Amino acid sequence: MQISTLTLIVLAASAVAFYLGKRRALNLVAGQGGPRSLHSMPGFYGAWTALWAAVPALVVLVSWVFLEPLILRALLVSSLPQDIQSLDPDRLGLLLNDIRNLAQGNIVSGEITAVQQSAADHYRHFISLSRLSMVVVCLALSVLALAFGWSKVSPTLRARNRVESFVKVVLILCSSIAILTTVGIVLSVLFESLRFFDRVSVSEFLLGLTWSPQTAIRADQVGSSGAFGAVPLFTGTLLVSSIAMFVAVPIGLMSAIFLAEYSSPRVRATAKPLLELLAGIPTVVYGFFAALVVAPWLRGLGDSSGVDVASDSALAAGVVMGVMIIPFISSLSDDVINSVPQSLRDGSLALGATRSETVIKVVLPAALPGIVGSVLLAVSRAIGETMIVVMAAGLAANLTANPLQSVTTVTVQIVTLLTGDQEFDSAKTLAAFALGLVLFVGTLGLNIIALYVVRKYREQYD
Amino acid sequence: MTDQNTSVGSTLTVQRVRSGLARRYRLERWFRRFGMMAVALGLSFVLVLFASIGSNGISAFHQGYVRLDITLDEKTLDPAGSRDPEVIGKASYRTLVRDTLFDQFPEVTSRSDKRELTGLLSNGADFMVRDQVMENPGLVGTTHSFWVPVDDEIDMLMKGYIDRNVPEADRRVSDRMIGWVDQLEKGGYLESRFNTLFFTNGDSRDAELAGVRGALAGSMLTLVVTLLLSFPIGVATAVYLEEMAPKNRITDFIEVNINNLAAVPSIVFGLLGLAVFINFFGMPRSAPLVGGLVLTLMTLPTIIIASRAALKAVPPSIRQAALAVGASPLQTITHHVLPLALPGMLTGTIIGMAQALGETAPLLMIGMIAFIVDVPQTVTDPSTVLPVQIFLWADAPERAFVEKTSAAIMVLLGFLALMNIVAVLLRKRFETRW
Repeated sequence: MQISTLTLIVLAASAVAFYLGKRRALNLVAGQGGPRSLHSMPGFYGAWTALWAAVPALVVLVSWVFLEPLILRALLVSSLPQDIQSLDPDRLGLLLNDIRNLAQGNIVSGEITAVQQSAADHYRHFISLSRLSMVVVCLALSVLALAFGWSKVSPTLRARNRVESFVKVVLILCSSIAILTTVGIVLSVLFESLRFFDRVSVSEFLLGLTWSPQTAIRADQVGSSGAFGAVPLFTGTLLVSSIAMFVAVPIGLMSAIFLAEYSSPRVRATAKPLLELLAGIPTVVYGFFAALVVAPWLRGLGDSSGVDVASDSALAAGVVMGVMIIPFISSLSDDVINSVPQSLRDGSLALGATRSETVIKVVLPAALPGIVGSVLLAVSRAIGETMIVVMAAGLAANLTANPLQSVTTVTVQIVTLLTGDQEFDSAKTLAAFALGLVLFVGTLGLNIIALYVVRKYREQYD
Repeated sequence: MTDQNTSVGSTLTVQRVRSGLARRYRLERWFRRFGMMAVALGLSFVLVLFASIGSNGISAFHQGYVRLDITLDEKTLDPAGSRDPEVIGKASYRTLVRDTLFDQFPEVTSRSDKRELTGLLSNGADFMVRDQVMENPGLVGTTHSFWVPVDDEIDMLMKGYIDRNVPEADRRVSDRMIGWVDQLEKGGYLESRFNTLFFTNGDSRDAELAGVRGALAGSMLTLVVTLLLSFPIGVATAVYLEEMAPKNRITDFIEVNINNLAAVPSIVFGLLGLAVFINFFGMPRSAPLVGGLVLTLMTLPTIIIASRAALKAVPPSIRQAALAVGASPLQTITHHVLPLALPGMLTGTIIGMAQALGETAPLLMIGMIAFIVDVPQTVTDPSTVLPVQIFLWADAPERAFVEKTSAAIMVLLGFLALMNIVAVLLRKRFETRW
């Protein structure tokens, strides 16, 4: 029986349970005062039995699905002859895969031995046994728990409180997913990074000047010991991000000032959403635009003026990334500028200042912390941006500050190292997690500073 | 005396102010102009972006087709005369298609020339003819006109992307092929038709056969998983934090976490998915299920923040009224607060889904970047999604994939626009001002 069918059956049982529980509650009080003498509304008694019918069975079902492979594997290994059990883990894993494929009728690598065949038969037997017992256990549990819940229904049962506290627990569990995600990110990135730092020292990684993550696959290979100095990646990331900021900050900030202080409401109502369109465009589209339109154009421009521009120059990626970031800066700054009290502007204008003087000398200083915060958020966005640089920036880790040359960034390297075939114990793949850790810590730090600055500013005028 | 002094002083001030006025007004005008230029520049970026995608992609919705008048000989196709599609499908349509083409150009005789001539046709031509005959066995024994797609390079030539004046060695299409194409065109054998293959096919190495259906199906499956998980969890979290949670350290910590997660680069979620879902839990690679899980974690902060804003917008009087007539806290929420906040929550969810639909980087990490021809049917089938398909096509060297990529972008942007319009309409329709 399919897992989905089983789930549906359990849910159906739960629906029946709702009806049974509600009816029992009503029947119990039918002679004596009707529903009013119940502690809770009849529906809560229904919900109480329904929860009993569904929750234990579903919990067992989910844990079964997760634990089944592990237990099956252990059973399978213990059923194998002693000499195979003592194989090293990699070869054992391969053999187990073969047996599994054999059992499921898939293609198997190599000849099928008698041992494998018998093991596959065993395995098939285990699986069918496991599936059968899963169905039996879940259904039995559902029915038994239903009966238990149903028998508990009485006019004095505090059904509403019970059901509500259950709902509350579910809500709390949902809220804790945010924490779990953070913990998951930190642990997964940190764990693999620590394995990486076993092979490559932290100082070499953070201070080394050459990046060439090619490691030898076989011991006798020559010339690919790998160099994991990430400085060129950091400088490349900073170069691309600062080009982006050079584009985005002036345009974004001036647009925000114009839309907030000068433009008529009608212009504002059309221009603002149009600018924000830029924020809704997927980054892969920007990447394609950078690689197809901007980079060749810059190259052509360079050719005609005699300057050598790389076809995957940092400039192309940076400019397009800047365009992507314009709406972040403009809409965040717009909010901040709008929250500067009108009295400040009126005061400045009353003293005879022109509008631009008011903006430069009064509004901007008052809004500065918020603007700085929004710029910091934009910087962290630029550093973490992936697709534009993957498509438009290069792979060569050049240590340069020349925007016309090709540089690579942290995110580009993570993608390059982790797409395609990978083995999880080579320094090459683990390096991606170390880079991920740097990226996570860096953007997190920027965000915390930015939020702190923004919050501190907000308190001033609230 | 004093009077005179002040008046002299004030005239001096007035003079000084006046003398500076022209300069200050000039600065004012410049400042204003700069602002206008910034807005205009921003808007022109929008325009250039859409114009370049549109002008590159619009031609992908048409595809060159060539007419082949194929004689479907009963003896070779269906010797027994059973008209059984199984039997008919076994014949060599490759020879059939080629021979028809060779008959049209009797002057082409040598092997290498013949090979060049068959290069006019798409690699999928024989299969398409076969499928049509199998669908319609009555065609056997007749001569039927089939329209099959031309090779992508020929398609580029027909669309004018290949410059005929360039020396022969520098272009992908030889002079002779151009001659053949012109000959076919003159005879009315070539036609530009609406490219239905683009919407009905999965990915392919042949540009003329490549379509977005597989990627679209993958995107839809992924989004369904994301929606089913992130909407309930997001709403539940928002309800707990906004309506029930006591103000303490733990709730503060949850809030800080949510705000930080909203700003974590998306690729980090990909690393999480790779390390936790694939390596630790052993889930299948390239599957929409894992993609959906990763995107759920990524969009949750967006949905939670929007849902909390929607809950905040419900006035306390509603809650107090419900509580006053005896509703329990949970009843207050489910019967009164949630229905009022739902439109706002849905808007936030749609925006989160739009974000998830356009996301590429984390999906690269969990292997959704594989070349997959089949259209995925379930959430555990290997598949790819539309943005990743765009990424893959953008890397393909053939000229024809440039327009395919742009066209796929247009499809993606179309869906995003649709979702955003629904969100805006929803907001307009149900927005309540208290």
